[in-house]
Amino acid sequence: MPKIKIAENTVQLIREICTKYGNEEGELINVLHNVQDKLGYLPAEVQEVIARELNIPVARIYGVVTFYSFFSMLPKGEHPISVCMGTACYVRGSEQVLEEFKRQLKIDVGQTTPDGKFSLGSLRCVGACGLAPVVMVGEKVYGRVSPQQVRKILSDYIIGCPHSES
Amino acid sequence: MNTIKLTIDNKSVEAAQGTTILDAAASVGINIPTLCHMKLHDMSIENRPGGCRVCVVEVDGRRNLAPACVTEVTEGMNIKTHSIRVINARRTVTELILSDHPFDCLVCAKSGNCELQALAQKLGIREIHYKGEQSHYREDTSPAIIREMDKCILCRRCEMMCNEVQTVGVLSAINRGFITVVSPAFEMNLDHSVCTYCGQCVAVCPTGALTEVDHTGAVIRALSDPNKTVIVQTAPAVRAALGEEFGLEPGSLVTGKMAAALRQLGFDYVFDTDFAADLTIMEEGTELLSRLNKHLQGDKSVKLPILTSCCPAWVKFFEHQFPDLIDIPSTARSPQQMFGAIAKNYFANNIQVDRENLVVVSIMPCLAKKYECARDEFAEKGNPDVDFAITTRELAQLIKLANIDFNALPEEEFDNPLGESTGAGVIFGTTGGVIEAAVRTAYELHTGKPLPKIDFEELRGMEGIRHATIDFNGLDLNIGIAHGLGNARKLLEDIRNGKSDFHAIEIMSCPGGCIGGGGQPYHHGDAEILKKRQEALYREDKSKPIRKSHENPYIKKIYEEFLGHPLSEISHHLLHTEYFDRSKK
Repeated sequence: MPKIKIAENTVQLIREICTKYGNEEGELINVLHNVQDKLGYLPAEVQEVIARELNIPVARIYGVVTFYSFFSMLPKGEHPISVCMGTACYVRGSEQVLEEFKRQLKIDVGQTTPDGKFSLGSLRCVGACGLAPVVMVGEKVYGRVSPQQVRKILSDYIIGCPHSES
Repeated sequence: MNTIKLTIDNKSVEAAQGTTILDAAASVGINIPTLCHMKLHDMSIENRPGGCRVCVVEVDGRRNLAPACVTEVTEGMNIKTHSIRVINARRTVTELILSDHPFDCLVCAKSGNCELQALAQKLGIREIHYKGEQSHYREDTSPAIIREMDKCILCRRCEMMCNEVQTVGVLSAINRGFITVVSPAFEMNLDHSVCTYCGQCVAVCPTGALTEVDHTGAVIRALSDPNKTVIVQTAPAVRAALGEEFGLEPGSLVTGKMAAALRQLGFDYVFDTDFAADLTIMEEGTELLSRLNKHLQGDKSVKLPILTSCCPAWVKFFEHQFPDLIDIPSTARSPQQMFGAIAKNYFANNIQVDRENLVVVSIMPCLAKKYECARDEFAEKGNPDVDFAITTRELAQLIKLANIDFNALPEEEFDNPLGESTGAGVIFGTTGGVIEAAVRTAYELHTGKPLPKIDFEELRGMEGIRHATIDFNGLDLNIGIAHGLGNARKLLEDIRNGKSDFHAIEIMSCPGGCIGGGGQPYHHGDAEILKKRQEALYREDKSKPIRKSHENPYIKKIYEEFLGHPLSEISHHLLHTEYFDRSKK
């Protein structure tokens, strides 16, 4: 993992979030949510700052970050793609959809394309099982997605792409 | 407290409310097998995640089997610990654990001491019915500890030791589901982490997932090299535990047999770390008195309390976690390193051997000693003062390898001059011992009067944090003692917050002190073994003709011939050290 240096104002931001939660050990998950919300991801250096602020070992924070799939240690792409792997979506073929995204983007789940445009993740149920299989790109929800539609969905986000509608 | 009546395997049992089924059964001699569970009585150390499910029992009226280690007894419970349903479940979970475990028992460092192996044996498992994916992790080797997580069964004992008992916080379970593994943060290597190498994770690991770095091969090579003079020092706690490796009762003292075995192994001189412990007392005790006198004269620049510095895991702990306090511990090196410095700078000259051709081996109850002897500041031009530190367990391995019938050995003496020691040196191996040894000498040096009594019962015991006030001829000396780094942390935080009124504090990293070190024969969760080792050291102390460090004739001689006086310039150079702020990477 490449080492990054986090800016002083980012450290300040993390400190403020920790203070907001009273620097309480028990608020770790809330702190992580908030920080990821602001920074997009939770790299090692950020976890170390949180560890210092909450006075807990960084190993425990890393344990929590790796336990919950929502937390990410890699920067999300400009357009984070999430394929629902909940039961309804899964039985209606979301795995093939996910595979197609992997093939098209040449990345694995949890990774980001080298140009920083897309990142790929999976989630469990967005509560739209009637539209299964469901894919989310950013905040936008796509329903009844088939592997054939993957290229089309991606093209919505690539300016100048022949498939682009707008 | 309410007493609860229940039945276990048709036996009537009475137990206090809050007792677990496991403890209630044990009270009537029924030992339910466990794997992840571990309890060190009287030390408030318990691991019971209830995760492995090996201890399940059948409770009448309950649909599911109950894990005995986490289920409390209730009135009228009727429990079966070996019904067919229980045995089947127990065997199934054990087979499932085994299905994700490497089958290299024959060559595993833990073979014969492995609790998983013992369990499979007890349950009579002869076949694994489940074939599935196996975990594979890279091996992590540090100066003292090897992690082979393929062999981890996720009992979480190491995590409990590292986080709750030692508060070092290196190990944590990471990821989820099948790929869960216990690891340092960001899966970094141990040697990049704040690990102190106390080795308590190794001491409690039920399998071969955590083991020590083995230096027996290097020792054998040195012993067989005709150009090398190989000398050995043995730490005090080793003599009280080594016998266990040869079937002797815990608490058996094997000092004489150990010396004989080392001589048979081919060491040219068999010396004793206890000698260096006496030397430590001279230096550390004098430092204590010097700081104390300055303090009493109103010198505000003097830092009190003084903290002992014999324990390398403790040293690494405060270098990482309390860098603001690194000028408080005594600057005295540990006995292991004092011995090494004296051996290579004094003894080598006496016998006219170059330091490069003198190999110093130490037998230690400790894993951190492997790390300590490799620290840069304890070497001269790349040649370390102590070449190899091997554990009590590794020594037992060497003795077995050399076909020595340990129990039939005669009792032999250590060689001179570095083998002569006092009772004060012997008790260095237990919590409370270093400070008692220091008090014996400091009292007489400070007051100029002989001690009214040598035994300081008030400093002894197994409680995690203890304190006592010793009357130094009108001056009340407040002494603190902590064993286990979590307890040490509490005393350090008090110092940091200006709430400590101690003059001197002894700290040992391992529960029980060195007798419970990470390199000792495995106690398998039996705290009684630690107590017996402790009693053995006090027994040896009592049997010694000289019991105060400053009365050791060879210590007097080395000051006359070589060192001058405690805290002399040459002492500072050879017997003292400095500490480093390791909080920044």
